[in-house]
Amino acid sequence: MRAPLSNLPVQFDEVGIVAGGVTILDSVSLTFTPGAPTVLIGPNGSGKTTLLRAAMGLIKPTHGRVTWAGSDLMPPLRRAIVFQRPTMLRRSAAANLHYALANAGLGRAQRSARAAELLGLVGVSELGERPARKLSGGEQQRLALARALARDPEILFLDEPTASLDPAATKAIEDVIRAVVARGIKVVMSTHDLGEAKRLADEIVLMHRGRIVESGPVAAFFSEPRTPEAKQFIAGELLV
Amino acid sequence: MSGDHSALELVLTADPALIAIVRLSLIVSLSAVFFAALVGVPFGALIALTRFPGREGVIVVLNALMGLPPVVVGLAIYLMLSRSGPLGEFGLLFKPQAMVIAQTVLIAPIIAALTRQTIEDLWIEYRDELAAMNVGPAGRVATLVWDARFSLVTALLAGFGRAAAEVGAVIIVGGNIEGFTRTMTTAIALETSKGDLPLAIGLGFVLMTIVVVINALAWVARRGAERYAG
Repeated sequence: MRAPLSNLPVQFDEVGIVAGGVTILDSVSLTFTPGAPTVLIGPNGSGKTTLLRAAMGLIKPTHGRVTWAGSDLMPPLRRAIVFQRPTMLRRSAAANLHYALANAGLGRAQRSARAAELLGLVGVSELGERPARKLSGGEQQRLALARALARDPEILFLDEPTASLDPAATKAIEDVIRAVVARGIKVVMSTHDLGEAKRLADEIVLMHRGRIVESGPVAAFFSEPRTPEAKQFIAGELLV
Repeated sequence: MSGDHSALELVLTADPALIAIVRLSLIVSLSAVFFAALVGVPFGALIALTRFPGREGVIVVLNALMGLPPVVVGLAIYLMLSRSGPLGEFGLLFKPQAMVIAQTVLIAPIIAALTRQTIEDLWIEYRDELAAMNVGPAGRVATLVWDARFSLVTALLAGFGRAAAEVGAVIIVGGNIEGFTRTMTTAIALETSKGDLPLAIGLGFVLMTIVVVINALAWVARRGAERYAG
């Protein structure tokens, strides 16, 4: 049922992505290994979303290679993504999870129990029968997390999971992310909320204009930034 | 059918001639919807989900075919089915089957074009999520058709409305033969000119009622879609 193959490490080797003549990623090299969360920060348009989509395998690099456990043809069986604006299927919340579980290869008999467990994990147990697209933004974001976790991923990509959520909804999402991390799932997420980056990250990657400007452990990044861009970004100055 | 019955009487007493005409009309048009859906829904979904050279042209032609003049379709099918035509050996002309064929040709583009639009809009919304869930081509089609089911019902009803209301195609290939190929629209068209106004008016009532019911069903389908679509 489950693919025995591992997706990790996810490795970017001099990856460039050009779309419509615009360079979106520029010779990016980095590796995601099992462990604590990696947080991508940087201004809008710095390439965070594109990096996550390429890491998921949804965009082919123009230059360089993205590999999963050494292979560049790994189907997305044990990796999952939550888009910044997740699209819910026109079905109930529980049916959205059933759909993901079926596509992940889980037998029909086990789906209901697993769906209920996932709804509980993200704290929306009582919403299972509601049409998913009628849920609030925060509820949809939690359901999207549950749906990604239905794939039993080793690595989970989150694209600004708390953007446009109020503080209570943000805290709920961050609590779920901590629970996910505690289960040993590698989390790679983007945010432009520095507070959130400090709360959740183990490793920080700062992106600017499609390049990785600086990366390292969270404490060192915030206390002793090495590049002018990092100093500017941490100081809250506009990085343009 | 004599002139000494009022239109209302014909409808309320379920006049056998009137019932036979309504029955044949419904059988012909519903059969046409069935066959047109069998061709149109998969074809529309296929165009929505594939990219190939000339695709834009196919879409433009398909959309243009939604406005196909019924008399032209009737003429084309007439030529195909007439004794000297390529399908003349089957002897279908002036039979209900010929009417089903003509209406199928008339409404298949409507169903295909509306399906294409519906599925493509949904596909743009769903494509990243489905790719991330590693859903294969067959699974994609099944998911999109299922999630678009209320809108697709609307497409089928649009096709049925068109088929039930048209007169040009069925009158050419059916011939309005009393008790055999006479439908509501052909009867109204020809009986009016022959002076049998009660039958024409009675059928007009029935046809209008059917049109209202179809629109009510389309409305219910839209409401159903909204409940889940948000």
